[in-house]
Amino acid sequence: MKRHLLSAGDLDLDDALLILDTAEELARMAERPVKKLPTLRGRTVVNLFYEDSTRTRISFEAAAKRLSADVINFSAKGSSVAKGESLKDTALTLEAMGADAVVIRHSASGAPHRLATWVKGSVVNAGDGAHEHPTQALLDAFTMRRRLGRLDGLAVTIVGDVLHSRVARSNVLLLSTLGAEVTLVAPPTLLPVAVAGWPCSVSYELDLALPKADVVMMLRVQQERMNAAYFPSVREYSRRYGLDAARMALLPEQGIVMHPGPMNRGVEIAAEVADSVRSTIVEQVANGVSVRMAVLYLLLGGSGGGQR
Amino acid sequence: MHAADHLPCGEAPHTEAAHAPPPGGEAQRREAPRRHEIPRRGEPPAKVVLQPAEIRRALTRIAHEILERASGADDVVLLGIPTRGVPLALRLAERLGQVEGRPVPAGSLDVTMHRDDLRLRPARALGHTEVPSAGIDDKIVVLVDDVLYSGRTVRAALDALGDIGRPRAVQLAVLVDRGHRELPIRPDYVGKNLPTSQREMVRVLLAEVDGEDAVLLGARPADRGDS
Repeated sequence: MKRHLLSAGDLDLDDALLILDTAEELARMAERPVKKLPTLRGRTVVNLFYEDSTRTRISFEAAAKRLSADVINFSAKGSSVAKGESLKDTALTLEAMGADAVVIRHSASGAPHRLATWVKGSVVNAGDGAHEHPTQALLDAFTMRRRLGRLDGLAVTIVGDVLHSRVARSNVLLLSTLGAEVTLVAPPTLLPVAVAGWPCSVSYELDLALPKADVVMMLRVQQERMNAAYFPSVREYSRRYGLDAARMALLPEQGIVMHPGPMNRGVEIAAEVADSVRSTIVEQVANGVSVRMAVLYLLLGGSGGGQR
Repeated sequence: MHAADHLPCGEAPHTEAAHAPPPGGEAQRREAPRRHEIPRRGEPPAKVVLQPAEIRRALTRIAHEILERASGADDVVLLGIPTRGVPLALRLAERLGQVEGRPVPAGSLDVTMHRDDLRLRPARALGHTEVPSAGIDDKIVVLVDDVLYSGRTVRAALDALGDIGRPRAVQLAVLVDRGHRELPIRPDYVGKNLPTSQREMVRVLLAEVDGEDAVLLGARPADRGDS
């Protein structure tokens, strides 16, 4: 593995499987009475969050603490960023405080890549703009493998606002590396122009894609980014691209429903679907901690420079 | 001690194993190592110090010693340390089961996350931990490993055990004790005491992992870190 985790596309098949296998072992540890390992004792992980986040930040924090690392949480609100400090100056400050890893979420695509050139420690991308969110893709792949037993040849349908979704982009890159066949389903206005070059197929009709989908992943309609008329109304979107019980019935028998959260119940996913046994939404959160522990262990656990 | 690699579960044994030679003959093992005696790709020649039959007899003896010390196998749990401690623990459990007439629980305990040398080399893949369902609280846990050397692996295993439960007693069984301890740790059951030089390397081959049973003693290749 490389020193940083910036893009799901940086992971080759061996790296991805190593992370998933490591996460599998660490997930079993969560069932023990003592859920803590001494592995990263004395190492410092900084959570540098320029965007609001609940589950990702808490998940990284829990992962680092279970590995005995010291965690410093930094959110842009109420910090010197509000006084106009630049990302670079913030990064150098963190560097001076001895951060071994920086977990960064930023509204600008590419911010983690810039950060990686400024700090000596490892940088983990926890979501940058509409670009990438590699640990989410890893935890999604991990959840699929746990539920369905394999990834190779799995048919995965990702539905919704692909245009603004870093989750979709990272998932397409990672899942294609792992041998899954990804289909994106979205209104034409919510697909990026460059989607033709992605390693996946594209459809506009959800009802046609569902019967052959082992996994259907619903993306959040990012209302905070809906700055243009991407679709006529929320209700129409929900009718054409929302997953309700009738649509869920089209899935194959063992098919599962995923959502990266936070959900808009009644928009992209109906409440009865979100709470059904096919939904993995709560599992995804638990798996997120195991996968992030695996990433932090593999980046920080050794002598540096990553695995091998 | 382990070979430099820890394999994630389900992965094929490392490729070196595929090039392992057939075990040497009876005459071969009494003689000093000759050049080209055991040709292993990229490794210096090695001498066979334990044959399959000797490994079998040593494990049978250890099984009886465990039963004698514990007055039966009622509370005994065997935990192998990956990679090669695990098949050894399973073989011991099978022998204990034959003598006692009922199955003896055996499992595996990965110690990677508790090692004190993690920062000396790149992060390693984790081994598999599988604790028998009855747990280890109030049991006599016998840790099983292939080679006892510095004792650091065993120290890590004792730490790892503490996170899983509180055994009544912990004992240590090893196939080979090669000396050179760096910590106050001693084995309770030893297959073979093998006086070695620190420049030498002990390699245990087991059928479950390597396709054959043998214990080899050879010169340490320049690029190798442990064992």
